[in-house]
Amino acid sequence: MINQIIQGILLGGLYAMFAIGLSLSVGVMRFVNIAHGDLIVLVSFLLLTLTSRLGLPVIVATAIVVPITFVGGYLLQRLLLQRVLKRSNNVLAIVLVTFGLSVIIQYSLQGIYGADTRLLSGGGIQTATIVLGGGINIGVLPLTIFIAAVALVSALDLLLYRTRLGARIRAVSDDTGSANLIGLPSAHIYAVAMGIVGITIAICAAFMSVWTNFDPTSGPSRLLVAFEAVVLGGLGSLWGTLAGGIIVGVAQSIGAHFDAGWQLLAGHLVFLVVFLIRPQGLFPK
Amino acid sequence: MTSPANQTPLLAVEGLSVFYDQFRAVDGIDLSVSAGEVVSIIGANGAGKSSLLKAIIGQADRIEGTIRYEGGDLAGHTTAEIAAKGIALVPEGRRLFPSLSVDENLYLGWEVGRRGEIGFDQVFDYFPVLKERRRQKARELSGGQQQMVALGRALLANPKLLLCDEISLGLAPLIIDQLYRLLPAIKQRGVGILVVEQDISRSLAVADRFYCLLEGKVTLASRPSETSRDIVMKHYFGL
Repeated sequence: MINQIIQGILLGGLYAMFAIGLSLSVGVMRFVNIAHGDLIVLVSFLLLTLTSRLGLPVIVATAIVVPITFVGGYLLQRLLLQRVLKRSNNVLAIVLVTFGLSVIIQYSLQGIYGADTRLLSGGGIQTATIVLGGGINIGVLPLTIFIAAVALVSALDLLLYRTRLGARIRAVSDDTGSANLIGLPSAHIYAVAMGIVGITIAICAAFMSVWTNFDPTSGPSRLLVAFEAVVLGGLGSLWGTLAGGIIVGVAQSIGAHFDAGWQLLAGHLVFLVVFLIRPQGLFPK
Repeated sequence: MTSPANQTPLLAVEGLSVFYDQFRAVDGIDLSVSAGEVVSIIGANGAGKSSLLKAIIGQADRIEGTIRYEGGDLAGHTTAEIAAKGIALVPEGRRLFPSLSVDENLYLGWEVGRRGEIGFDQVFDYFPVLKERRRQKARELSGGQQQMVALGRALLANPKLLLCDEISLGLAPLIIDQLYRLLPAIKQRGVGILVVEQDISRSLAVADRFYCLLEGKVTLASRPSETSRDIVMKHYFGL
């Protein structure tokens, strides 16, 4: 059982990575990006092309993709999402637009890459394990991902709460109208925030695509787990999102211990139970 | 057109109309503010006072007429550019960033503004209580303290033209006195101040000149010393 919990915590690191970008867009920009999971899968396929066609190592491909996703996130916010938010105060509009984006990404990927299931080759890291004794083995890759998730949450927390850029982002998030009145360029600041979400998507896509299989329709299931982690942790709390990811991961891991078919269901059930007891999440801001 | 700098008013508004959709909130007004002068705009609710200020900082939907600042037309400039040129607004209802600390709120004002001599020390000198509370979130302050932060945020932008929108709204008389006592000191620095206020006596007590607005038009432009309360009230209500 201890082994299951440890494996679950490590899995939670991956889930937190799915969720951290969503946590930023929900908590700071105050909208739900239904295409979040599909954007992760889109970047995974981009990495697939760079690694399989050009033969680049995953880490080099990721370094190339990070600036692209920053600019992509910036432009997506500035040219599409910001316009929707500006024209309509209705939450439904942005949900529908990102839902449409989700469908477009899924079918485009199927058209280009086909429906096959893929996995990126990360070299030896995928099979390397650390033997702790007592029947507990820790995969080097899950451990790396977990550490990276903690580092990513720390970095974003510092950025948001200890830098001038972070103060600007929080100001615009607090009161966009007031930011406009004092001369803060709110559209630009929101777009930079979405660019940062783009960076988290690239990092997440890199780790996800060497650890788990993906295909063009994997996005919605990633979104679901990410959404559960964000809600469990409390909207707007980055550390809460990490905790939420770990809870879902542990629940799935323990569920799978009893019956492989229980893995996903256990995660959702624990989400529902915690949500009923604490609808505001564990660490609401 | 050449004219000596000291004869050009800091702000010159000519034939300004401000529209919201089809509604004309401001209807062809002319007004000016010089450096080191306090000018009051008085008028009832809906007279167009706030719309005028929004137009000056470039946040109105659509305007006609010209707004000149230091002789240059502000048309086509973004609010960020206008703020950097030295126009700062204390918005109606304070409009602080509630989850940000006092320091962070103030710093944002400094960041968007013009570089100049007013720094944090000066603001904390004006409002000592803010220094004690600089790490607190803006939402945890009293209304009066929040108004001090809003005024401090605008001052840190080192404005040449300070726009104050209803700074007395919802505050205790003692606090309002404290805030209004500062305006002469700020004016002494050569700052032009445009005060929008519903409280007529408070507003006229501090003003060098005033304009009375009614339904988007200027009904009276004068000096407090050259007019009587009766005349002002007549134009205020349009009797």
